[in-house]
Amino acid sequence: MIEPRILEVRTKILKKNDELARAMRREFESLGLLVVNMVSSPGTGKTSFLRETLSRLRARGIPVAAVVGDLETDNDARRLAESGAPVRQIMTHGLCHLEADMVQSHLAGWNLADLHYLFIENVGNLVCPTSWDLGESVRLALLSVTEGEDKPLKYPGLFNTADIAAITKTDLAAACEFNRELARANIEAVRPGMRIIETSVKTGAGIDEWFDYLAEKRRALEARTA
Amino acid sequence: MHELSIATSIVDIAWEQARQQGGGRVTGVTLRIGRLSCVHEDALRSSFDLVTEGTPLAGASLAVIEVPVRIWCGPCNAEFELPGIQRFACPACGHLSGDIRAGRELDLESIQIAPDQIAADTPEAKQPEPS
Ligand SMILES: Nc1nc2c(ncn2[C@@H]2O[C@H](COP(=O)(O)OP(=O)(O)O)[C@@H](O)[C@H]2O)c(=O)[nH]1
Ligand SMILES: [Mg+2]
Ligand SMILES: [Zn+2]
Repeated sequence: MIEPRILEVRTKILKKNDELARAMRREFESLGLLVVNMVSSPGTGKTSFLRETLSRLRARGIPVAAVVGDLETDNDARRLAESGAPVRQIMTHGLCHLEADMVQSHLAGWNLADLHYLFIENVGNLVCPTSWDLGESVRLALLSVTEGEDKPLKYPGLFNTADIAAITKTDLAAACEFNRELARANIEAVRPGMRIIETSVKTGAGIDEWFDYLAEKRRALEARTA
Repeated sequence: MHELSIATSIVDIAWEQARQQGGGRVTGVTLRIGRLSCVHEDALRSSFDLVTEGTPLAGASLAVIEVPVRIWCGPCNAEFELPGIQRFACPACGHLSGDIRAGRELDLESIQIAPDQIAADTPEAKQPEPS
């Protein structure tokens, strides 16, 4: 009797997304565009931090744009548009993460070569966005002082794929009895060597350090493609 | 529920591969899933059953090979397997290392293909084929 055959496939399950994301990153980087993918739980402060980032970069004359993923509403896109930057909403209709083709299709008509930075606010979720490369050069994981210091240990997969972490809402740290050292140690445990910034949109803390980081990354990208 | 997207991709690739091999029915898939990949196995199984229902892959088995995290330790000049994913420290010397050598896999390792007429005779092939 003929047995079923085993066919070795050895293929990345998300190959299609990976390939598209790689091609997108090549294009972005060749244009001198630094793309940032922002991931965190809902309510951590992605939209607030991004709006602050867009407003301040624009005030410095730096061309920026953003796309924001949301399950059903366009509230975040409207809040971000207050910065004056071009903003587009990606409605995911229940999908818990963004995928590369969704980002690509929402960039149509923008002259990417004129932009220095493009920010992607991912859907608020600490698990699902992990495996989807969106063509970004920088993945920013955010964690607020109100969430508890052990978040990185509960979601190591996500923190482990990040390039930089932001601890947000530091203006509330004292009220939440936030243990800063412990939070930093937990991030370090799951992603040794990762840069950590401490931010607040109320006090403006950490924003300059964030901009220094972005500028440094963009210079590195320009040097690579020059 | 990102497992639904993953299950859909698995089915697409398995189907395409079987077709390239001249047809036959896919009766099983084997995955390699790294412990850092954030895939919940039970959720993936239900998603797989859901997306294969009513297709030629209906009833296909799903096997998962779990891949532990391996890091490179500079001071020890050696690679180590980690017992968990919450502390990327060398089990020998305690050095924290971000140099990850394994554990992020999300791969379709192999598929099992039964020739159509054989498949029709096997007990698993209860689903009628839309041939
Ligand atoms: N005190 C304080 N509140 C903040 C800060 N950043 C965000 N928030 C508040 O946290 C809530 C959720 O913020 P949002 O930006 O919508 O989070 P997102 O879901 O991650 O996009 C809102 O009520 C914000 O006003 C901050 O730095 N300090
Ligand atoms: Mg938001
Ligand atoms: Zn060691």
